[in-house]
Amino acid sequence: MNERFIAFEGVRKSYDGKSYVVRGLDLNVARGEFLTLLGPSGSGKTTTLMMLAGFEAPTHGTITLDGNRIDSVPPHRRNIGVVFQNYALFPHMTVGENVAFPLKMRRLGKAETTERARRALDMVRMASFDTRRPNQLSGGQQQRIALARALVFEPQLVLMDEPLGALDKQLREHMQLEIKHLHGRLGINVVYVTHDQSEALTMSDRVGVFNDGTLQQIASPHALYEAPANPFVATFIGENNAISGEVVELAGQNCRIRTADGSVIAALAGDGLKQGARTTLVLRPERITLSPPPGSPNRFTAKIEELIYHGDHLRLRVKACGCDDVRVKVPAAQAQSFQASGTDIAIGWAPEDCRALALA
Amino acid sequence: MAITLTDEVVRNAVDTAALTRRLRGLRRKGQMRALLLIAPLMFFLLAIFVLPIGMLLTRSVDNSEVALTLPNTVNALASWDGATVPDEAIYAAFAADLKASPREDVAEVAKRLNYYETGMRSMLLKTARTVRNAEASYKDAFIAIDEQWGTPRYWRILKQAMPELTDFYLLAALDMSRNEAGAIAAVAPENAVHVDVLLRTFAVSASVTLLCLLLGYPLAALIARSQGAVANTLLILVLLPFWTSLLVRTSAWVVLLQSRGVVNSALAWLGLIDPSQPLELIYNRIGVLVAMTHILLPFMVLPIYSVMKSIPPVYLRAASSLGAPPLSAFWRIYLPMSMPGVSAGGLLVFILALGYYITPALVGGPRDQMVSYYIAYYSNQVTNWGMAAALSAILLVAVLILYAVYNRIVGIDRLRIG
Repeated sequence: MNERFIAFEGVRKSYDGKSYVVRGLDLNVARGEFLTLLGPSGSGKTTTLMMLAGFEAPTHGTITLDGNRIDSVPPHRRNIGVVFQNYALFPHMTVGENVAFPLKMRRLGKAETTERARRALDMVRMASFDTRRPNQLSGGQQQRIALARALVFEPQLVLMDEPLGALDKQLREHMQLEIKHLHGRLGINVVYVTHDQSEALTMSDRVGVFNDGTLQQIASPHALYEAPANPFVATFIGENNAISGEVVELAGQNCRIRTADGSVIAALAGDGLKQGARTTLVLRPERITLSPPPGSPNRFTAKIEELIYHGDHLRLRVKACGCDDVRVKVPAAQAQSFQASGTDIAIGWAPEDCRALALA
Repeated sequence: MAITLTDEVVRNAVDTAALTRRLRGLRRKGQMRALLLIAPLMFFLLAIFVLPIGMLLTRSVDNSEVALTLPNTVNALASWDGATVPDEAIYAAFAADLKASPREDVAEVAKRLNYYETGMRSMLLKTARTVRNAEASYKDAFIAIDEQWGTPRYWRILKQAMPELTDFYLLAALDMSRNEAGAIAAVAPENAVHVDVLLRTFAVSASVTLLCLLLGYPLAALIARSQGAVANTLLILVLLPFWTSLLVRTSAWVVLLQSRGVVNSALAWLGLIDPSQPLELIYNRIGVLVAMTHILLPFMVLPIYSVMKSIPPVYLRAASSLGAPPLSAFWRIYLPMSMPGVSAGGLLVFILALGYYITPALVGGPRDQMVSYYIAYYSNQVTNWGMAAALSAILLVAVLILYAVYNRIVGIDRLRIG
């Protein structure tokens, strides 16, 4: 497998000549990989995608695709499929003409054009909509056509810029699966931009988290969730209880943290953690258990501040370890025993479910 | 059980009818209120637009003067066969009409008859003057004034001019007339002017529309792509000509284009032309096209700009990502998407250009005058309201046909003006 199918090297981008939107990006993507770029708006993820598509030129650095430098190749010669947020189907053409457009641009024969356009429409199960106009289709249908159009010329790489942003929740989840299956079946590369973290986690082989123009961490969804590299990634991916404290003991992989109220928490040590330094803990709400057996590590008394009902689970906001806002996710099956806020309960978690991160 | 059910059905039916009535009443109340709000505008339009134009257009077929002035003659000629010399009764009726009518009315009739046959005017005025003192037999009296009254020819012309409605003016506006037998035929080529003028009007309007499109489309694209202050400044520059009067703008072109004007002087100074032989840029077709294009350009730029502004740049990006080089992306994506603006601007400029009068009159030569000039000529200089109205009617019909064709091809719902 070619580990450097796509490579960004020292790529920087500035629009106004004063500040960088993307500041120093090094990124390698393997062939056939589904990579998602995740981040809040303005984090540089879309600019990165646009540079890959060729709509923006990097101010510094190089981009290579399959070993060839592409940063000065115009977009129409890059042979990269792009699916846009609002689909960008040409309104004056029928669905069939839209899908045949890239083939026509490549001067394919009439018979082959028709055949390949039909196959692409079949692939997204839209063959019967051939003669409709885009504005006669629903959002999900338009999305499928846009997908067919980006895939019909069999590009090695397809870029998707928040393609599901305009769909409702159910359709979005359905389309997520469909795109994932298409990727698996065609064996192409997909670079996908989204600000929806659950979308990123469910679809990708790897996720790159952007913030403030830099790549914070790039890892598999599992590693990203379980071992976030820094507090930003920890808060951005999933829910997090950011309890802060001071490192009082550091022994290899393990450490002990003293919080503001004097509680001492046993945790895993993140990279670069130093004795005596300030730190932030990563502790997922679903990893906190209620009424752990006495004597187990990390057992604390907590005061219930608020109970929030979520149907399949219950959320507690409790005060513990000197932090007012510790969230606990309780499955519905264990939720009966709670009466009201103001009660004191015992909470706890395993030291390996909790990670102390070095502050930048 | 069955009875209760029926009752129920009946009651429901009554309720539905009452509900429908009530809904309709409410809707009508809303519509009335809306109508009331636009009533002043409706009356204004009716009073100063629809009514006068309608009245003017009826003048193109109106021919009541002759029948009103000569009622007895109309009756007497009704039974005449048109081939033989009329009998004494007809001469007597005509004489009675001429005696009874005021001079001005007879003059009107005389003018009217002169359209059919040059010379009829003075002949009829002379006849009317003399006949006032004549006695029976009138036939002899008329023949004594002019021998032609003794032949059926003049009487046929008179009879032809009798009906209250006439197609005379409309035919004349298309360079046609009815011959003595009543059949429609083209007039002699040396007298044919109107078709030429109509064709010229359409040719000039089409040229101006094309020039405006060629100049306006890139300009609109530039403004649509500019941002903030630059776009605003450019838009103001486009609108700037509206801040001065049409007359001033047209006169400015006279200063620029005349034989010793700014353009010729500049070219001579640059050594591109011989100063003793300046380019003829004005009082010909060039002057008309330059001045009209300049004046009508904003009407092309603004609709195109407004459509272009609404085309998201993502479509061009999509086209290029799909493999379209810039030129193809423009031809296949951008141009078709900006078409509603192009057709709106084109229609607007073309229709405005059709009615242009002042500009061709000031910067054009005699061969560049458009149909409006002739409408003004007929209504102001020779007071032939019939011809003025007929030319207007033909211009209006031509525009309506054009509009219908346009609607058929482009579809009026795809038009975007503002």
